[in-house]
Amino acid sequence: MLTNDKLPLIRDKALWMRRTAFTMVHRAQLGHPGGDFSAMDILATLYFGVLNYDPTRPDMPERDRFVMSKGHATGALYSALCAAGYFPEDWLPTYMQPKSLLNGHPNRNYLPGVETNTGPLGHGFPVATGIAIAGQITGASYRTFVLTGDGEQQEGSNWEAAMVAGHRKLANLTLIIDRNRLQQGAGTEETSGLDPLDDKYRAFGFDVQEVDGHDHAALLAVLGASPGTKPRCVIANTTKGKGVSFMEGVASWHHGVPNAAQYEQAMKELV
Amino acid sequence: MATAAPTAAGFQDCRNAWVATLEQLAEADPRIVAVVNDSVGSSKLNSFQKKFPDRLINVGIAEQVMVGVGAGLANGGRIPFVSAASCFLTGRALEQVKADIAYSSFNVKLVGQSSGIAYGELGATHHSIEDFAWLRPLTNLTIIVPADAWETAEAVKWAARHEGPVYLRLSRMPVPDLNIPDRQFRPGHAEIVHEGSDLAIIACGTTVHLAASAADLLKAEGIQARVLNFSTINPLDEAALHAAAATGAIVTVEEASIRGGLGGAVAEFTSANKPVPVERVGFPGFLPTGSTDWLFQEYGLSPEGIAAAAHRALARKA
Ligand SMILES: Cc1ncc(C[n+]2csc(CCOP(=O)(O)OP(=O)(O)O)c2C)c(N)n1
Ligand SMILES: [Mg+2]
Repeated sequence: MLTNDKLPLIRDKALWMRRTAFTMVHRAQLGHPGGDFSAMDILATLYFGVLNYDPTRPDMPERDRFVMSKGHATGALYSALCAAGYFPEDWLPTYMQPKSLLNGHPNRNYLPGVETNTGPLGHGFPVATGIAIAGQITGASYRTFVLTGDGEQQEGSNWEAAMVAGHRKLANLTLIIDRNRLQQGAGTEETSGLDPLDDKYRAFGFDVQEVDGHDHAALLAVLGASPGTKPRCVIANTTKGKGVSFMEGVASWHHGVPNAAQYEQAMKELV
Repeated sequence: MATAAPTAAGFQDCRNAWVATLEQLAEADPRIVAVVNDSVGSSKLNSFQKKFPDRLINVGIAEQVMVGVGAGLANGGRIPFVSAASCFLTGRALEQVKADIAYSSFNVKLVGQSSGIAYGELGATHHSIEDFAWLRPLTNLTIIVPADAWETAEAVKWAARHEGPVYLRLSRMPVPDLNIPDRQFRPGHAEIVHEGSDLAIIACGTTVHLAASAADLLKAEGIQARVLNFSTINPLDEAALHAAAATGAIVTVEEASIRGGLGGAVAEFTSANKPVPVERVGFPGFLPTGSTDWLFQEYGLSPEGIAAAAHRALARKA
């Protein structure tokens, strides 16, 4: 049962994940911390409040699937997978080093817990739709969650997937959109506007819910709710760079990397 | 991503030549427009956007639309430079490149940024090492891979003048100027960077200066290598290839897959015209994560690696 006694654990894990991701990015001097931090509470809620998985059996057929479509946010994904027990902490310092299993974008062939390789935007939702169809036609009990960026929603493949998922009433599928309103270079609405995103997904046959993407209790209630009769779209309103004052809402932290002073400052704030 | 800055003395980021030239051309010709996919910064088009706000069309993260829009802008009388990371420009929008640009013969200039393995650590999704293989069969698409800043500027000017589809494959990695005297940009013609007749080393893009350094290493051993800057991959300079084959041994070098790219083109040509040993230096397939420099060393895209390939080719020489 989903009860609020999970909230302290989710909060602790989210904090550990933020510190871990920022340390990885600082060490590698590479990464996408802005999008890591907007997604962090969503991932912490999924891995420590919602998903059914066993890190010792990553291929367990009945596991819930989580597809990280915004594959650039490996700081968030790898810190979550590590916190969830998929691999040991001593792998973290290898992030993006030669031949590391912690590639700049996730690779299922060498990292347990990764469902499909992502990096090019607009791939995760179609693959998640296929996973959900497999569950639908076999009567499997697992659920499928996919997280996309909001800028990522500009890729047409998402809307092709939405049409299929809506048509097939994939109630076992939840699309989560990290609605931080920023993409790589600028705001989404000034680049190629997405609003009204909720009406668009409603028109495609989704049950749409908006949530504060940093409120663990609200995320837990929405993501943990039992499936209805339609695919679900959760628009998680977030702040890019959430948790570090100088990153919050600043577009250049999409792939900005901290210097020593910024790293120290962030570690002081992340307590 | 950190921006590649000039590193060693004389090394330059060719993207500066790309934007400076595009802005000059755009001042003079109002038909020139730029089309991007949320890639203003990575294409270095920030100042172009300030100068010509109406002529920078950012379609968002939507490469298929970006290339289709490019074709439509050409239909509407514009000269679009469609600029995006080459992995997504050529891979994601491949059918648009084929049907809307090449097959429809639209006057569109595709500009592949950060090509090859410039995004080394980001992994195989962001490496663009397959682009030669999947674009070479589009025979009316001129493919140009500039080797230095001078050639980048000349290629951009030529592309704007030329009526027809062009793919310019640019790098993010700094390279030195080749400093060839009395140089003229002639698309479709390979340049001789280093004379020699014991074998020919055929290179393009970021690897040309490495091939020239390899020729220096070989010279110290008494081996005279001819080094060609093979900057046009479509169409092939057949005269230069006949002459290269006449040396009796060839090495090809490219920041790309060894399957279907420059090496593949040279092997096709020699097998049909004058079979000689061809040693291909490049990448074998999906690569592990790692910095660009590390990947170059690891896969022999270095003076030493190219010289070793030359020895292998010479050992097979009839
Ligand atoms: C097909 C494709 N085009 C372009 C890119 C380059 N890119 C990486 S992240 C990004 C911006 C993503 O913005 P958004 O989806 O809003 O992600 P977030 O804000 O959560 O980081 C872009 C353009 C890519 N990875 N894939
Ligand atoms: Mg965003």
